[in-house]
Amino acid sequence: MTTPRRLPDPYGGPSSGANLADILERVLDKGVVIAGDIRINLLDIELLTVKLRLVVASVDKAKEMGIDWWESDPALSSRARRDELARENAELRERLARLEELEEGGGRSAGRRLPREAP
Amino acid sequence: MTGLRYVYAVCRPLEAPLQAQLTGVAGAPAKPLAHHGLIAVVSEVPEQDFAEEPLRAHLEDLDWLAATARAHQGVIDALTVVTTPLPLRLATVFRDDSGVRSMIEAREDHIRRTLDRLEGRVEWGVKVYLENAGAERAAQAAEPASRPASGRDYLRRRRQETRAHEDQWQRAEAFATALHGKLSAFAEDARLHAPQNAALTGEAGRNVLNAAYLVPRAHSEEFVELVDRTKDDSPGMRVELTGPWAAYSFAGDTPPDEAPDEAPGGEGPA
Repeated sequence: MTTPRRLPDPYGGPSSGANLADILERVLDKGVVIAGDIRINLLDIELLTVKLRLVVASVDKAKEMGIDWWESDPALSSRARRDELARENAELRERLARLEELEEGGGRSAGRRLPREAP
Repeated sequence: MTGLRYVYAVCRPLEAPLQAQLTGVAGAPAKPLAHHGLIAVVSEVPEQDFAEEPLRAHLEDLDWLAATARAHQGVIDALTVVTTPLPLRLATVFRDDSGVRSMIEAREDHIRRTLDRLEGRVEWGVKVYLENAGAERAAQAAEPASRPASGRDYLRRRRQETRAHEDQWQRAEAFATALHGKLSAFAEDARLHAPQNAALTGEAGRNVLNAAYLVPRAHSEEFVELVDRTKDDSPGMRVELTGPWAAYSFAGDTPPDEAPDEAPGGEGPA
């Protein structure tokens, strides 16, 4: 057996490389479910809901955890939606301008203009 | 004592003592509570925070939840060094020591069976991320020069992008499937968890595999090496290893004859 290049710290040491999300995934969602005297229906707090709640609860904290997907997801972020639209818009404008240029050039040399479409 | 009892885990009597100052949730030390040849690892928690109402409210508070989860995991980690704990879910709380003892009595057989099954084993988490998605978008944004010259050109380019994207997904899926097959063959048991969605990994690609593997401690070094080796033959893919964890993902099989009111919903056929 060859020697591993990297071993997480001493075996059984703190779960190395684990972020808060990994920890929450396990302590909330896995492990043995035993109803204690204090009854909290943790099943209500499905992990995804918790995650989403986290995002809503504290954006800074979420970013710290590496949760920032909503910023680039058009379905969730109006900014991302705007960015996407703006990009698309700019592209279309440019293509339109180019077409008009071509058309004008062609029109002049042929001595006629294409009629504008009625509104 | 006036506090409630927060239980982290159940395990066999410890051969080595717990860390002298093992701080649990709410800052109180975690201590073993022996009963019927088993021990519950317990700490006292204030009623004002862990009674039903305040607990429910706290669980909605990210900072509180994060601190509590870390403290819980800290105790489990410390236990994993000296024994094979059966980790309980966050916020398992009893009124007093006798409540904890009754729980042990009621579940003794099942606890022993599970402890036998998990003895000397740890859990490793392996996640695979598809990294290119973000990079591709960035490259696109950084290339305003090559605008499509025509509508047809534009459509062709869109089709190419879509196809490239599909290819990438197929490669990622094939890679993840192969890796999971290889690791499952090595491990004693495996669980596939829901991918952490983009929710937790947005900045670092899409999570295409989120799996847990049950590995004997004695074979962990080999397992880690096996994972490490795959990291090289996977351009565009990132493999992440976490652990060793207590066997969270393999501890929770509740026997059907117990606790019907605790069975997770949505498991049976509709």
